[in-house]
Amino acid sequence: MSRAGDSPRLIDPAALGVLFSALRERGYTIVGPTVRDGAVVLAELESARQLPSGWSADTEAGHYRLRRRADEAVFAHCAGPLSLKNFVHPPRARLWSSERAENGAVSTTGPEEPGKRFAFVGVHPCDIAALGVLDRVLAGGKHPDPVYTARRDGSFVVTAECTEPAATCFCSSMGTGPAATGGFDLALTELLDGGHRFVARSGSPAGAEVLAALPSRPAGTADVLAATSALEQAAAAMTRHMPNEPLPALIAGSRESPHWDDVASRCLTCGNCTMVCPTCFCTTTEDLTDLTGEHAERWRHWDSCFSVDFSYLHGGSVRTSAASRYRQWISHKIGTWPEQFGSSGCVGCGRCIAWCPAGIDITREAAALSAATAGDEP
Amino acid sequence: MNAALPVPHRVAGRWVDTADTVTLELAPTGASLPVFRPGQFAMLTAYGIGDVPISVSGWHGPRPLHTIRAVGAVTQALYDARRGDVIGVRGPFGTAWDVGSAAGRDVIVVAGGIGLAPLRPVVERLLADRASFGRIAVLVGARQPADLLYPRDRDRWAARAQVEVTVDRAGNGWTGRTGLVTTLIPGLRADLGAAAAFVCGPEPMMRFTVQALVARGVSPGRVQVSLERNMRCGLGWCGHCQLGPLLLCRDGPVVRYPVAEPLMSVREL
Repeated sequence: MSRAGDSPRLIDPAALGVLFSALRERGYTIVGPTVRDGAVVLAELESARQLPSGWSADTEAGHYRLRRRADEAVFAHCAGPLSLKNFVHPPRARLWSSERAENGAVSTTGPEEPGKRFAFVGVHPCDIAALGVLDRVLAGGKHPDPVYTARRDGSFVVTAECTEPAATCFCSSMGTGPAATGGFDLALTELLDGGHRFVARSGSPAGAEVLAALPSRPAGTADVLAATSALEQAAAAMTRHMPNEPLPALIAGSRESPHWDDVASRCLTCGNCTMVCPTCFCTTTEDLTDLTGEHAERWRHWDSCFSVDFSYLHGGSVRTSAASRYRQWISHKIGTWPEQFGSSGCVGCGRCIAWCPAGIDITREAAALSAATAGDEP
Repeated sequence: MNAALPVPHRVAGRWVDTADTVTLELAPTGASLPVFRPGQFAMLTAYGIGDVPISVSGWHGPRPLHTIRAVGAVTQALYDARRGDVIGVRGPFGTAWDVGSAAGRDVIVVAGGIGLAPLRPVVERLLADRASFGRIAVLVGARQPADLLYPRDRDRWAARAQVEVTVDRAGNGWTGRTGLVTTLIPGLRADLGAAAAFVCGPEPMMRFTVQALVARGVSPGRVQVSLERNMRCGLGWCGHCQLGPLLLCRDGPVVRYPVAEPLMSVREL
């Protein structure tokens, strides 16, 4: 496992408060996990005391429940219903507004600047991978999305490596966790046995500068080994995994599979999976006008390939059946995404499994397709 | 440059093609867009209503022409635009017809309905460089005589190309052919084994047309088709225009048939 960065340091839980102060002094708006509405959500935070100390969550297919812990672990929760997508690719954004003058000339104004620079604290490695996916989709093409780049560029990422994966997690089989291998400024690995502490290492000059501002001491060999061991145990503890085969080929070979009707018999096409997915980026647009008609705006909001309107062409929608809409979602996520954007669209966070009201499990559906392809329909 | 911002253009010319179809000539009121190539499309904004993808259907000098059929709120508003009105234009987006690859060959152009609009610049380019190509055939199908586009262009083309027209349902006064556009294929005067083909129309029409062409010896790799899906941005951000691995705003709309064939043959893909 790669442990990049300068020599690791050890910090105490109290140093998280100093971290918050250091980030605020540097002009960042801090976004991190906090307990709200019966879940660990992401929100703009004022204080490290708002972090979900002592909370975990139990998840299963169609199931998410907060659980009080016996200890004060800060980052032992699993992926909640929100992801960084909510902040860098907001659910609603105004793309432009326009005014028509009396002579008919139209002037157009682009999107508002967010007016803040984000520091994302407590980001699990799967969600760092998701940021990388969104970077490729929304900023890496011929037309970078200015709404996205204005929120993403200059952001600061503090990762919390995952030592307690949930039952729905499968990042190890997607190669995105539980250890962080890049994409962060500062990495923390939380250790509980032998005293609550964090192994900290920097992943960028900005991260090194912030780390230097925290009260810390050199991490001993035992601490580093404990961190490595905790991450190895986390990887080994994950019971869910994707089929160990090239998924694009599996999907391309499954376009006419009878299994889609089986999924469709359970899928409500509610779109929850697409809303909680940290990489689902699809949007639609809505044009508005005032009563005079001289002022117009275009708003963009999240859309879901599970809606019938999503594929509407004049005369009707292309994908009317539930089977075709589920096929589109999972095919895009794990099948066609690599060809489109150079990486998988799935990071193994398990959100779609926990938040599916019907308990549909992307890993089980992929396994069923794999078994059917192998000629042994389960 | 934020490609999501519509660039204001004035309607400099408007021609009613059929009862529900107009061609607009668009002139920038200020900044102008890069030149569209045949096959590429614009996102046309009716301010306050929405925007839709519309192929370039020709040029008047440097100004692009767009042929629009009123089938929904946005296209109806664009249809209703009059000379002097300002609409927004974004683009050019997508892939272009590769006309150059047909040099030295007989060329077959097959259009169904409004599919003739994105193909008109192909025919014009072929005829403008007539000596570079072999025999040229333009097959045009429409549901009914009143839906046939560009009668004067077709008459002009007929002097230097084989132009055949058919309608699904004849009306009073129609003395031409009736039947699907595929019924014109046996009458093609072209060396099919070496010919290049450009096809645009409803998806089933394209599928049956290319199957019929291939059955008569046309190489699938020399067939180009233009595909259509819902589009919200044209920029690769919105995800709507996916067809299998393709983002049609980026990887299409024009693709070679071997790319399109396995995707067009799956229902609801």
